[in-house]
Amino acid sequence: MRLLKLIPDNTNIGFVRLRAWAFGLTALLTIAAAVLVGVRGLNFGVDFVGGVMIEARFQTAPHIDKLRSDIEDLHVGQPYLQPIGSPEVISIRLPLPRHSDEGASNRLVKTVQSALGAKYPGVTFNRAETVSGKVSGELIQKGLLAVFLAVFGIAIFSWLRYEWQFGVSTFVAIFHDVLVTLGFFALTRFEFDLNIVAAVLTIIGYSINDKIVIDDRIRENMRKYRQMDMRALIDLSVNETLPRTVMTSLTILLALTSLLIFGGPVLRGFTAAMILGVVVGTYSSIYVSSSLLISLGLAPQIGEPKKKSGPPAGAERIG
Amino acid sequence: MLDFPRWKVIWIWLVLLAGVAFAIPSLMPDSVARQLHLDGMPRINLGLDLSGGSHLLLEADTADLAKQNLQKMEDTIRTEMRRGDPKIAIGDISTSDGKLSFFVRDIAQLDAAVERANAQTQPAGYSGQRDWKVDVVDSTRIVMTPTEAGLNASVENAMKTAIEVVRNRIDFAGTKEPNIQGEGKTRILVEVPGAQHPEQLKALIGKTAKLEFKMVDMNVDASQVSAGHAPPGDEAVPYPDISPPGGPMRYIAVNRRVVLSGDELIDAGLSKDDNNQPAVSLKFNASGGRKFARVTQENPGKQFAMILDGQVLSAPRIDEPILGGNAIIHGSFTTDSATQLAIALRSGKLPVNFKFIEERTVGPQLGADSIRAGVIASVIASVAVIVFMFVTYGRFGFYANLAVVLNIFVILAVMAILKSTLTLPGIAGFVLTIGTAVDANVLINERIREERRRGRGIVQSVELGYKEASRTIFEANTVHAISGLIMLLLGSGPVKGFAVVLLIGICTSVFTAVTFTRMLTAGWIKRHRPTEIHI
Repeated sequence: MRLLKLIPDNTNIGFVRLRAWAFGLTALLTIAAAVLVGVRGLNFGVDFVGGVMIEARFQTAPHIDKLRSDIEDLHVGQPYLQPIGSPEVISIRLPLPRHSDEGASNRLVKTVQSALGAKYPGVTFNRAETVSGKVSGELIQKGLLAVFLAVFGIAIFSWLRYEWQFGVSTFVAIFHDVLVTLGFFALTRFEFDLNIVAAVLTIIGYSINDKIVIDDRIRENMRKYRQMDMRALIDLSVNETLPRTVMTSLTILLALTSLLIFGGPVLRGFTAAMILGVVVGTYSSIYVSSSLLISLGLAPQIGEPKKKSGPPAGAERIG
Repeated sequence: MLDFPRWKVIWIWLVLLAGVAFAIPSLMPDSVARQLHLDGMPRINLGLDLSGGSHLLLEADTADLAKQNLQKMEDTIRTEMRRGDPKIAIGDISTSDGKLSFFVRDIAQLDAAVERANAQTQPAGYSGQRDWKVDVVDSTRIVMTPTEAGLNASVENAMKTAIEVVRNRIDFAGTKEPNIQGEGKTRILVEVPGAQHPEQLKALIGKTAKLEFKMVDMNVDASQVSAGHAPPGDEAVPYPDISPPGGPMRYIAVNRRVVLSGDELIDAGLSKDDNNQPAVSLKFNASGGRKFARVTQENPGKQFAMILDGQVLSAPRIDEPILGGNAIIHGSFTTDSATQLAIALRSGKLPVNFKFIEERTVGPQLGADSIRAGVIASVIASVAVIVFMFVTYGRFGFYANLAVVLNIFVILAVMAILKSTLTLPGIAGFVLTIGTAVDANVLINERIREERRRGRGIVQSVELGYKEASRTIFEANTVHAISGLIMLLLGSGPVKGFAVVLLIGICTSVFTAVTFTRMLTAGWIKRHRPTEIHI
């Protein structure tokens, strides 16, 4: 049986040669993302800004402006409306009621629900959430802390495990991945809620996984080919791991795409973020973190020859 | 590498079989599980986003608690100074700034007063601190300041009771499988699957039940009291049990002084009296027991009223002094009415006020939709991955697929045994875990391909493939574990649900994707001694 081979054997693509271009593109992407996040801002869900969220499923897709004015007539504050998944399902976000006594938010939810029920027959309410400003502030802090600690923890791990250059390059690449993902959320205005924090952390995990695989190979080759020029060595390592990189990314993208298409509206933002993260993470493993190692001055033959733990000698390549 | 001792092979299969066995109950609907008598087996709980239900987060008002403590201390000091021998005259009591301060009229008694005030404080914390600090100011005033340790201890105590009270109230309402737990130092998380009316739930939790014990005033004009008028020093309290059903509410007169408060009652339960009739047993704490003993000694033949939220629950007559802190109320109870009284007494009052700071309600429809979507997506994702792997790696892809499928079962089994909750992000975590497990096999197989290209023999290629890839897999998994642990420790709700699945998946996938496939490959090579492998 002939098996599928996506990447031909012994590719020899000069990734390192392209790194000036890659750094330019990376810088552009990163700045664009930072500007987007700074100017447009993220569309935070009630998890992060506090407030009341009601998810309504209408019989037929309502006219958003009409719905907005209907809700504004109730004098419950400026509503923020967004369809989730399909045009019939609308997420209605409202600020917290000014008098936050017991039951004030319940009354608010009841008011909106009964008013909509009267105007739009057949409307059902899937969800209602109230998050107070206090909790939301903590959630932002906790979310940020989790992301930062994850990145730092991982960078420290690769520093301890390899040379410091690996730690720095990994940190920069991950920072880039997170920023681009955030830029994507600023651009699309997808709701940024707690689930998305989990997605961002997963992107970090995935991206790191990818970098570890390549870094590991670079280290292995550094032991193997002590005389080789660093550029050639990194090119060799990236090329050697290319089949695996492509194969794994495709498999995960395959799984994520089915999740995006069939996984229902609630998972949509989550999976969209993950798909982007996989693409960006793969790109940054090859072009950001590996190429950065050269700029950081990683040199072959660091320290004394170590005891051989890899394959026996004679691993020359033909080709 | 080809040497897989028989015991190891048997072990691996046993673990996988156990995984499948423990996963199965979670995969079938409730009704089927019950029919097959599997409902006793551990099963995975569905999170509220999947099952529908209400989620509430309550926060204790600690300022209110501090105020209550101050109030109590003021009462205690007033009584103790007056009651002790010799009596110490104090005046100008103030409770401003959260401190209790009072003036000792006779300077000669100052030291005695300090000593008596000190006797009212309790040890708090571990460093020999006490819950109040007693100072003398201007050589005539005593100032009592609550300490940090004392406040912390009282918050901790109040939270313990509050969690119990909330649990009792929700259990009492017959709710199915509620999850009530403390979160942080001052919060209580309440999750009730299926509950669609958070306002009812909130009313149930938030009712300010206040239980008090007061003496019934026997020397009053019954007709006046029935109409709701009470003599000075007394109050008229409605008593539903003696009121005719549907008729006007009857009242009884009680002395305003609270003889015992509800928080001194530790437990109340259904019991039997000497004649084997239903009765309600009461158990007081040490100070409550002492007070109850004194009250019953001083007032034989009188009635005392148990008042919950301004209504008399019961007003039994004191037959004899009750000294041990354990009492039994008997009389015309049925088992039902005795149980109800016990629950009403037990569910007592919340020791501190709570605010609802977060609430979420998910409709069951959305939950069901999400599950269906999640399951369909997972199945499609798995099939796509399986086909892709098989086309790419042939036999080795088949082994990897077998490993992935078994991995799903093992993760479900571990989750069931740990009684974890599966949430929507959890399903996403599942998909990611499958991805990582596949990646492990991709790494191994690509490495084998590579070693073959370099001209190594079959056995050596496979051996090296596993060895070299295992190191990378281990490192990658360590990193996943780091981010997973951070999520688990810092994340709340959904992030946690995701992390749990991820962490379990990391552990199980090393077992299935590395150990298990290596065993299969080794077995195949040993049996067939292939001269060429397709990979």
